[in-house]
Amino acid sequence: MFTPHTDQERSCMLEAIGVQCFDDLLADMPSQIRLKAPLRLPEPLSELEAERHLAHLAATNLDPNQWISFLGAGAYDHYVPSIIDHIVARSEFYTAYTPYQPEISQGTLQTIYEYQSLIARLTAMEIANASLYDCASAIAEAVLMANHLNQRKRIVVSGCLHPHHLNVLQTYMRSGGFEIKITDWRSGKTEIDEVRELIDSNTSCVVVENPNFFGSIEDVAPIVDLAHKHGALAVVSVDPVSLGVLAPPGEYDADIAVGEGQSLGCRLSYGGPYLGFLATRKRFIRRLPGRIVGKTCDANGKTCYCLTLQTREQHIRRQRATSNICTNQALMALRAAIYLCWLGRAGIRELAMQCLARAAYAAGQLEKVGIERRFKTPFFREFAARFPVEADEILVQLAGRKILGGVSLGRFFAGEKHSLLMAFTEKRTRIEIDALVESVREIIECANKAG
Amino acid sequence: MCKQGWLRTERTVFEKSRQGRRSYSMPILDVPQVDPEDLIPPNLLRQKPADLPELSEPEIVRHFVTLSVTNHHVDRDFYPLGSCTMKYNPKICEFVASFAGFADIHPLLPEELVQGALKLMYELGQSLCEITGMDDCTLSPAAGAHGEFTGMLMIRAYHEAKGRARTKVLIPDSAHGTNPASVTIAGYSSVEIPSDSSGRIDVERLKAYLDEDVAALMVTNPNTLGLFETHIAEIADLVHRVGGLVYMDGANMNALLGISRPGDFGVDLAHLNLHKTFGTPHGGGGPGAGPLVVKKDLSPYLPIPVIVRDGEKYRFDDDRPQSIGRVHGFYGNFLVMVKAYCYILMAGARGLQSMAENAIINANYLLAKLRDYFEVPFDGFCKHEFVLSGRDKAAKGVRTLDVAKRLMDYGFHPPTIYFPLIVEEALMIEPTESETLETLNRFVDAMISISQEIESDPERLKTAPHSTPVGRVDEGLAARRLDVSE
Ligand SMILES: Cc1ncc(COP(=O)(O)O)c(C=O)c1O
Repeated sequence: MFTPHTDQERSCMLEAIGVQCFDDLLADMPSQIRLKAPLRLPEPLSELEAERHLAHLAATNLDPNQWISFLGAGAYDHYVPSIIDHIVARSEFYTAYTPYQPEISQGTLQTIYEYQSLIARLTAMEIANASLYDCASAIAEAVLMANHLNQRKRIVVSGCLHPHHLNVLQTYMRSGGFEIKITDWRSGKTEIDEVRELIDSNTSCVVVENPNFFGSIEDVAPIVDLAHKHGALAVVSVDPVSLGVLAPPGEYDADIAVGEGQSLGCRLSYGGPYLGFLATRKRFIRRLPGRIVGKTCDANGKTCYCLTLQTREQHIRRQRATSNICTNQALMALRAAIYLCWLGRAGIRELAMQCLARAAYAAGQLEKVGIERRFKTPFFREFAARFPVEADEILVQLAGRKILGGVSLGRFFAGEKHSLLMAFTEKRTRIEIDALVESVREIIECANKAG
Repeated sequence: MCKQGWLRTERTVFEKSRQGRRSYSMPILDVPQVDPEDLIPPNLLRQKPADLPELSEPEIVRHFVTLSVTNHHVDRDFYPLGSCTMKYNPKICEFVASFAGFADIHPLLPEELVQGALKLMYELGQSLCEITGMDDCTLSPAAGAHGEFTGMLMIRAYHEAKGRARTKVLIPDSAHGTNPASVTIAGYSSVEIPSDSSGRIDVERLKAYLDEDVAALMVTNPNTLGLFETHIAEIADLVHRVGGLVYMDGANMNALLGISRPGDFGVDLAHLNLHKTFGTPHGGGGPGAGPLVVKKDLSPYLPIPVIVRDGEKYRFDDDRPQSIGRVHGFYGNFLVMVKAYCYILMAGARGLQSMAENAIINANYLLAKLRDYFEVPFDGFCKHEFVLSGRDKAAKGVRTLDVAKRLMDYGFHPPTIYFPLIVEEALMIEPTESETLETLNRFVDAMISISQEIESDPERLKTAPHSTPVGRVDEGLAARRLDVSE
């Protein structure tokens, strides 16, 4: 199927090599460790059968077009403009690899350079790298980078980080003698007084997410100042779409900005592939993890691009590299670059305003039927709402109406079984939001009658 | 400007931007408009708009298409980039991964609504275990290096559970750079062990490194010279005897499919690169996927969540007290898994084995044809790839870099160069099984022609490439200028 040789060609080639049969090429492989029987895998499928099989599996999942979704919690249902799938489906982009040879990789290199520039502009930071695996690993890489910069071992982390991000950070920090101090999440935002208590002269960095896991907009500036007073770095994980209206990390003097790039034109894809972005100050460039593309010239003085500062990277620096990352999420970075060009200066703001307006409308309508927000904090596109009955019960009832009501906070915090995290992108219409609110009203009414 | 015609420099999106142009369209705002200042404290709002470029949609499409055509890529021609397995990426795999039932499903959906996705992941894990002879699998790692790091943390957890984390991991001097880098971030020190004159681990000298501080040996098999570690079973035994584990970098698994299994030669953990062995595209540098397969003893330490099967139902298990924790925000690069799953289904056992066989035949064929023209530092039959040295070309002032650049003029992507580090002026060639005899012969002709040019016209190489979208790129200038965003 995917291997061209005919039997005759195979024999010719073996002859040219100077062996009788294929097995002669395995002379260095002791027979005891050769596989004796064929692998036990299902019989091979034709393309038609494979397509049917996969279509069936896909159909065993819900049909996303038949449901109204208010799910967020780290992955958001934004519209993906058609030019993105169109452009990234070009073989020139998706069947190439890391642009090690710049003379025949200018396409990939220039798009990465543009991606870096777009992320720098969006976050108002000076520079960005070429992408990391996802937001969670980007946070971990940022923390490792801070440690490389100041050699300190204590990390003060907001308890309002996405629990998965926090858990990945803890996994990365398992070795190396780090001390992770986590603030309480119970107010739905990071309390500066707590940060003040936890920070000390051995603190490497403070990590905050904005908006945080609960959707609350954090006042990051005072936390950044506090970090700087202690000689620590401020790492902020931001939602890129929110930066259409919210202050970007560069405006409040953060040292490292990271985030989840999924919202920038990547389909939900059951959690991946997404991309982590990382932006920082230019003077930290030699400590940056991952690939960086720089502008240069060719032998004739023509402007072009290539990978640069590779001496930071694993293939040169090996055990002393700034990170172990090699393959990153380049094609997803291309998606983000196309998306940010498509939005442009006006579009990113309008998109953010749409999310804000729809979320605000939903909060107001829910309040009218007696559903309060769990935290009285300002929010952007997502908030937690508290219900008189268990959130799981609400979710089941809503599912009966083909509505995905949100993500139960009880999934992450044992005491929060009555709260739902609900997200509102530009895709959610008023009719859909009204249907959600009306359904919630009916469900609670029913529950009240029954109870 | 029109002088340059086809080869003009494509201006950046920022240079092309014109105030007021736009591509985007937004749905009508059918809820009341809000003033952010009424909802959010003004000091938390953006002061200066993000300075994104303003372009029309046709311009964006033309920009990226124009850039794309300057890329060499697998669908265009031969891409023998050693260690990277640049094989054909079946189009059906791309197609099925675009199904809405895969591409548009949210990661936090209730499990009963995503049984298809869970079943696919579960079965992919099972297939990978069968292919490698291992017991358990995690699909969370997003790339090979991520798998290595995950494996190292599991090794640490395993030893800690036995009382002591131990301190070092042994790595052959031919290893890929991610190996020592992953070891370091997992808190181990990496100790380089020497290769013998055949290019394999020197078993006698290895013994001197083995003690109770060895957490693991990290071995690549076939190694980066394309050679099978003949004594791997004995080596594994020696490592196990001091209580260490054997980790295999499975980046080169393409050579072993259906022929030999790491689980059968003493390996305790191994990562695979779905973007190499299992035909998923490399995406210009990702996304890939680096699933990790392990033996039973290591299962308790697998990252969460682990997919389990209860009768006909699949679910995530994250109640695993000995787990190292999460390594990915969700479950890894799911759409890459969909593609690899489809690939394995279509290949079946026979298909996979034939891939490995043809990959090995192709590599040996090229080696046989080129050995009279280029130095072969480690002789003997290779597996899926082999390494040549350009050391003897120095007399003519030609370096491997020049050979690589000149190959572009013949329409090929160059091999991997200057790796592995134990070969001077290395050229690492991996043809893969996808290539026809005609392509291989064209490559052989190009290499022979270049070897003659080295004698007759070395300048032609030193100034190469001559026919590419840009000429030889000044990488030093990039590092001095550090212009990395505009
Ligand atoms: C031998 C070897 N090990 C490890 C890696 C790292 O894999 P990845 O780039 O997917 O992180 C690579 C490839 O880049 C490799 O060739």
